[in-house]
Amino acid sequence: MDSLSLLGDGLSAAITPENLLYAAIGVLLGTFVGVLPGIGPAMTVALLLPVTAGLEVTQAFIMFAGIYYGGMYGGSTTSILLNTPGESSSVMTAIEGNKMAKAGRAAQALATAAVGSFVAGTIGTMGVVFFAPALADIAVEIGAPSYLAITVMSLVLVTAVLGSSKLRGFVALFLGLTIGLVGLDLNTGQPRLSFGTSQLADRLDIVVVAVGIFALGEALWVAAHLRRTPLQITPVGQPFMSKDDWGRSWRPWLRGTALGFPFGAIPAGGAETPTFLSYLVEKRLARKPEEFGNGAIEGVAGPEAANNASAAGTLVPLLALGLPVTATASIMLAAFQSYGIVPGPTLMDDQPDLVWTLLASLLIGNTLLLVLNLPLAPLWAKLLRIPRPQLYAGILFFASLGAYATNLDWFDVLLLLVFGLLGLAMRRFGLPVLPLILGVILGPLMEQKLREALAISGGDASGLVNEPLAVIVYALIVLALVVPPVLRLVRPAPTHAETEHEKEKVER
Amino acid sequence: MTEIVPDTHPEARPAAGPDRAQFGLAAALAVIGAYTVYDATTLDVGFADPVGPRVFPYVVGAVLLVLAVLLAVATVRGSRPEAESGEDVDLDAPADWTTVAKLVGVMVFTIATISVLGWAISGALLFAGSAWALGSATLIRDVLVGAVLSVVSWYGFYVGLGIPLSPGLLDGIL
Repeated sequence: MDSLSLLGDGLSAAITPENLLYAAIGVLLGTFVGVLPGIGPAMTVALLLPVTAGLEVTQAFIMFAGIYYGGMYGGSTTSILLNTPGESSSVMTAIEGNKMAKAGRAAQALATAAVGSFVAGTIGTMGVVFFAPALADIAVEIGAPSYLAITVMSLVLVTAVLGSSKLRGFVALFLGLTIGLVGLDLNTGQPRLSFGTSQLADRLDIVVVAVGIFALGEALWVAAHLRRTPLQITPVGQPFMSKDDWGRSWRPWLRGTALGFPFGAIPAGGAETPTFLSYLVEKRLARKPEEFGNGAIEGVAGPEAANNASAAGTLVPLLALGLPVTATASIMLAAFQSYGIVPGPTLMDDQPDLVWTLLASLLIGNTLLLVLNLPLAPLWAKLLRIPRPQLYAGILFFASLGAYATNLDWFDVLLLLVFGLLGLAMRRFGLPVLPLILGVILGPLMEQKLREALAISGGDASGLVNEPLAVIVYALIVLALVVPPVLRLVRPAPTHAETEHEKEKVER
Repeated sequence: MTEIVPDTHPEARPAAGPDRAQFGLAAALAVIGAYTVYDATTLDVGFADPVGPRVFPYVVGAVLLVLAVLLAVATVRGSRPEAESGEDVDLDAPADWTTVAKLVGVMVFTIATISVLGWAISGALLFAGSAWALGSATLIRDVLVGAVLSVVSWYGFYVGLGIPLSPGLLDGIL
């Protein structure tokens, strides 16, 4: 119960009228940007990060937490009202959510998503409160070889298991690793891939890379394929839920949370699997399964809770190991570093007050989200009507502003454009974005651990596998790569084929 | 989702020949990989560091070269990319690269002039220019909206966060 009293200290430090104001501004800004079509949570957080730059650390955290939850909820709003998920984790929410919206129940869909996010976010954050310190205690014992192995595992799983084309996943991953090489080599202080410029020798700002690839890349890609006929947007009333809606929603919220959190917490994250599983579970357990496909509230409540719980779960490896496993988490890592937090096993011992303030801020941001966004939903829905030329011009404007404001250097805007063009090319060539971003962030970490491990063993390759944990993790990687194709060859299992088929059906 | 995201987009139709642009991507990968390896050869190896600064770039560059070859082979065999769909993306229409070129032009103009003109003017032009490139017909309104956005953001960063964005031409006026 030690954790609880520490969390209490964090809460009392965080709750002041001024801080609550920052949280409210964060929620409003985050939702505002997150609702805009084509902008997912990762992009929202990256775009708004500069806004928190000048604040002192507690306020920056609180505002950041507001932005983060606002961005997540904004994404769900877009998927429900437009049937167009901003990122893969809200695909499942969109299926039933948009059917509900079409049937005139948009308000209920938004309400169950908001309350479900709140429930899952709160339980998930409490989960982080209990698990992150425990994992950090174990993680202190983890040596460089095992750390290297875990990093390799998360990269391989994200690249090879989640994407549709392994080849394109690895192309993206290695492009990311190359981008991660740019800048001073940590041990010898020599610039790599810097073309003689001082700006590049000083390592790339991950926010510029991310905003370029997510925001600018998306804007350019949309420009190449702009839909000239407007989409249909369902009007929204005041969100509310009837007694029946509550009765049908609370179990899916809890089940979704239970599915989402563990998937987020293992370093092979992603919210795709738990949201998909939650959808299937709710469909099986529903009192009226025939409603699925025509707007079943369980199909919004479950996946939405799973999505948020898994997002909270990703904080466990992020805080305890310094290992981000989703695009949003990698932006958060960059944000934490800019606030002076260095995530990793020693974080809990070195800067405990900061961690507890952060977790308290997440709880506050989550609560404010519910308080502010239920009444404001009709207003957010109006944002979807912004004419597209102005909308994407605005995205370009704010992306450039963010890049420029970090160092007040035109060179950063040039970098933004370069990465925007890379983002455009990736969308054209079907290269997944997540492996690239993780490659940029985890590449330098991997190299550092590799060199540490081999320096200890004096250059002997056995130094990479002299810890039992490292061996186990490498074995798991091999299993994850070898087993699925072999299973498919040996016997096309009927149940497996059925799920695949079903997944295909819902994805259509 | 059939109403909005069409099942068959041009990039997915099997009838056409290989996606030639993918050869360009493969070539770019090969160049990047080769340069990464070359760049690593110019580094000095430090003492007491059995791995050194070269090994990691060697591996990354070499794998990129291999991936470039694999991608070229896959392209010959007819492997096509699954272009990303999205809420405002219409993959049925042919790609409109003119608009993209205009947007890139606007960005380049911003980069070239931001230090001289300052954020308030450059930002306003960036907004109006991008909206124009994307087909907006209300040029005067866009310039006004852009000016409001950029002046407000200039003051927001200056007053709220203490970050002085470059004032440029308007130095002393803002």
